[in-house]
Amino acid sequence: MNYPRPDPDRLLEALQEANAAARRGKLKLFLGACAGVGKTYAMLQAARQKQNEGVDVLIGIVETHGRADTAALLVGLTTLPSRQVEYRGHLLAEFDLDAALKIKPALIIVDELAHSNVAGSRHQKRWQDVEELLVAGIDVYTAMNVQHLESLNDIVAGITGVKVAETVADHVFDSATDVILVDLPPDELLARLAAGKVYLPDAAQRASKHFFRKGNLIALRELALRRTADRVDAQMRAYRADRAIANVWQARERLLVCIGAGPSSDKLVRSAARLAAKLQADWIVAYVETPTFQRGSKQQRGRILATLKLAEELGAETATLAGTDAAATLAAYARGRNVGKLVIGHRCQTGWRRKLLPGLADQLAERAAELDLYLVGLDPAVVVPAVADRTPPRKIYWRGYAEAVAIVAATSVLAGALLSVFDLANVVMVYLLAVVMIALRSGRGPGALAAFLSVASFDFFFVPPQLTFTVNDSQYLFTFAMMLAVALIIGQLAAKLRFEANVARRRERRADELSGLSRQLSGALTTEQIIGIAVDRINAIFHARSAVLLPDSQERVREAQGGPGLGSLTDTDADVAQWVYDHQQHAGQGSNTLPSSPARYLPLKAPMRTRGVLALQVSQLSLFDEPEEMRLLDTCAAQIALALERVHFVEVAQDALVSMEGERLRNGLLTTVSHDLRTPLTALVGLADTLAGSELSTEVRHELAEAIRDKARSTAELVGKLLDMARLQSGAVTLRRDWQSLEEVLGSARRQLDSVLANHTVISRLPPDLPLCEFDPVLIERVLVNLLENAAKYTPPGSEISILAVSRGDLMRITVDDNGPGLPAGREEKLFGKFERGESESALPGVGLGLAISRAIIEAHGGRMYAENRSEGGARFVFTLPLGTPPSMPDTSL
Amino acid sequence: MSTPRLLVVEDDAHIRRFLRTALEAADFNVFEAANVARGLIEAGSRQPDLLIVDLGLPDRDGRELIAELRSWSSAPVIVLSARDREEDKVAALDAGADDYLVKPFGVPELLARVRAQLRRSSVNIGGDISAVVHFGEVSIDLAARIVQRNGQPIHLTPTEYRLLAALIKGHGRVLTHQQLLLETWGPGYAERGHYLRIFMGNLRQKLEVDPSQPRHLLTELGVGYSLAGLT
Repeated sequence: MNYPRPDPDRLLEALQEANAAARRGKLKLFLGACAGVGKTYAMLQAARQKQNEGVDVLIGIVETHGRADTAALLVGLTTLPSRQVEYRGHLLAEFDLDAALKIKPALIIVDELAHSNVAGSRHQKRWQDVEELLVAGIDVYTAMNVQHLESLNDIVAGITGVKVAETVADHVFDSATDVILVDLPPDELLARLAAGKVYLPDAAQRASKHFFRKGNLIALRELALRRTADRVDAQMRAYRADRAIANVWQARERLLVCIGAGPSSDKLVRSAARLAAKLQADWIVAYVETPTFQRGSKQQRGRILATLKLAEELGAETATLAGTDAAATLAAYARGRNVGKLVIGHRCQTGWRRKLLPGLADQLAERAAELDLYLVGLDPAVVVPAVADRTPPRKIYWRGYAEAVAIVAATSVLAGALLSVFDLANVVMVYLLAVVMIALRSGRGPGALAAFLSVASFDFFFVPPQLTFTVNDSQYLFTFAMMLAVALIIGQLAAKLRFEANVARRRERRADELSGLSRQLSGALTTEQIIGIAVDRINAIFHARSAVLLPDSQERVREAQGGPGLGSLTDTDADVAQWVYDHQQHAGQGSNTLPSSPARYLPLKAPMRTRGVLALQVSQLSLFDEPEEMRLLDTCAAQIALALERVHFVEVAQDALVSMEGERLRNGLLTTVSHDLRTPLTALVGLADTLAGSELSTEVRHELAEAIRDKARSTAELVGKLLDMARLQSGAVTLRRDWQSLEEVLGSARRQLDSVLANHTVISRLPPDLPLCEFDPVLIERVLVNLLENAAKYTPPGSEISILAVSRGDLMRITVDDNGPGLPAGREEKLFGKFERGESESALPGVGLGLAISRAIIEAHGGRMYAENRSEGGARFVFTLPLGTPPSMPDTSL
Repeated sequence: MSTPRLLVVEDDAHIRRFLRTALEAADFNVFEAANVARGLIEAGSRQPDLLIVDLGLPDRDGRELIAELRSWSSAPVIVLSARDREEDKVAALDAGADDYLVKPFGVPELLARVRAQLRRSSVNIGGDISAVVHFGEVSIDLAARIVQRNGQPIHLTPTEYRLLAALIKGHGRVLTHQQLLLETWGPGYAERGHYLRIFMGNLRQKLEVDPSQPRHLLTELGVGYSLAGLT
């Protein structure tokens, strides 16, 4: 919970809001504490500034109230003619919405947001007009007083005794892009009022004496300030959420809703959804999987799963809890998840049940007193319709009963043998052991049968008179009763144990398979890997044949390439898959849609969108009737979808990175071309002009000519390198590989650099038995030239450059060492970037392409290239080349 | 010997201009042609002692000019070419060119090549079987097939000797891998370029002062080999 990572959903939401906001016009609201603070003035000033900035501004409607300084601001602004409406004999000027929409300015000024339009207008309120303008993409500047805010209306009325009828819905205020508080201290306002600078509407006029008391003004000012501050606070919170500043967050309210198998659970979930929305709380819907639940009918289980699904659709998180005691399990889970409020359904119990069987609410109140309990009344009239349970009567395992009979018979024989040694009382124990064994092995029914059989056998064979059921000693009747009771109880206990172990095993299997799948998927890096893993695991878990279908660019799903798959889908099946993809619902085999299809299709729903379709053919159709299995399948599908989405976003991110890299490269290239190419060309032009234009001594002419030659040569070299890079990058270079002698290529490189290396000592340490190596000689020569040239350039004259080659295993390793100042620490790898040089502002010529080209060449050969500092000082450049299988060698003795 | 006559076949007027200036300053008699057709006419009428031919000519490829020229003239040809097109160089050399020069090149380098080619045509060893030739510390008696270094006899294997003899025969010229393979091993060895590298390595070990920096048995990377400094 403490990761400083923005919640992706929240970010997406912010993005979508930003998109919607971009299409919508922006609303700037000038808020004042009361009339006369100068809202209109401030608004018009802002509008003028916008117009000066070149924005197309239109005055929609502004009431100057005959004030000269305000009217002066209107000069030079285009004003929309008002709509004249006759109302009860008066001619009223109204804002002309249609005309404004027709003109569609960039910014429109609409004063008095709280104004009620005259009857017969399109909207009742002016703020609705403004809303329409915003939707049309027009920015709006408007003004209002704080008392017009709907939510503050009552408070203001309480303070001032004046109830205003013209109100603005709070959401208008809240959704405004900007709110500007136009503030004026009460004393100044009163002074303006006294000077007659404030126009008051009739209603206020009447109450003005009362309204404009200093105390009222202070209170209204505080309200305006507070309301604005709240807005700032909300923005701050939004900002915090964006930037994942979480440490001061108060924990969000959480609700835990506990559902049962009853038919009114849906109602419970819906009520909880409303409650959660009201409390702005996260909510979790859980059911406790008790052994009782496991024994429940398939229909009941299906209903619970459907309720969980409904909860997910309504935005809840769902959980399946395992435990024998629902109240204890819920309480522990609530504490673990830091949940403060628990919602449970409550059905009124009557009569003795109320007394004897305390409801879940009472149990929870007892166990977790710190939790707030919310009881949702459930309709007691709804009775679980027993008839609707279409599951066939439980299959009776006759085998278990037969075994019970056999074991009891065998026990009797054994007991008969033991009787010669032991007392009769001990024989009872042997029977009890048999009952436990049978219950553990075959369950409840055979256990009970064994209990009765044991008692009967004991009576028949061992209690005198033997071989009759008659009992002489009435003491034995008590023994029988006790024996039967104990046998039944321990039998039932053992059977329950067995059942729970089974449940636990199955739950564990599901958890194992899920965690296995998610573990494998989390390691997958490509869509192909995900499909491979998904198909493998799904096939193994469900004993099925499956395939993953992915959408193409036209949103048509098709079977992914390369996967084992179901084989080619027929046309109909492809249509089913498409339907599933489009509607995000199950279809095919065993579902309600197109059940005759030979395969089942599930949508792969990820948070952002559906990522594909999972198709599977199972060997046992009954799988689709098992709610738990279906839930497992759904969860698997969700995991796969999530993995696909993750890989998708990784790809998107990488694409972005690649294009950023391309951009950087292009910029680097442009810089190089504009600087490193223009500079020598400028010098060339200048030198040639000097040479041509003036009277110069032969000596100077000679110097100039040499300078021109040197500049031209270095420019040619640069162009050559840029061409090399471009060609290597575009993949236009084909390696002309042949079996080459490194010594020969090195010799050729050194011959080329004769003058460059003249001031350095070059030592070549190539072993005489160095094998031939397959490479493109011209390109490898370029690598050696680049490395030797760099070594000469970045070391002082007199330094030593040594070239070493060894063949080791299937590689040839070539090292170029120098004993110069070495490489800038930590930047060894950066040197191989394009347009990189060891020193950023180096006076040395060159563009920093040499190493990038060299590495590209070596990598094209399947080798590696890197740089490091030598421990004894100086730089070391290493590259490797694969040796490959040498060709047949000639007989050199001939 | 009279002033050697040189023919420059090059389409760029500026390059022609500076070639003429530089070569005339070095005491050569220079003729110019801007395309292959004109070049062949000039070559036929002026009988140049040496030709400098650009490969990229407007009407036809310079290679065709060389091939046509070779049917009636053995005058040395120096090719001007762009650095990164080894296959063009090889094609030109196979067509009969003697040397090539990479653009951009310097005037001193060009003059040295021109002089070397002219000198080579004067050192004629083609038919003279009793000749003894020298390069560096090495002397070769072509008639007796004896190779000596600083007066000491050096043992060469038959293949090594054949390779050396091929280089001597084409000394001063760049001999392509194909030409040397054919000359030394005969037909059918065209794909065994690595034979050459092994035997050249051995020859350098035996005949060069510093085999890692040969002065006479030179490598023309991606193209072939040449023998320099033969007298």
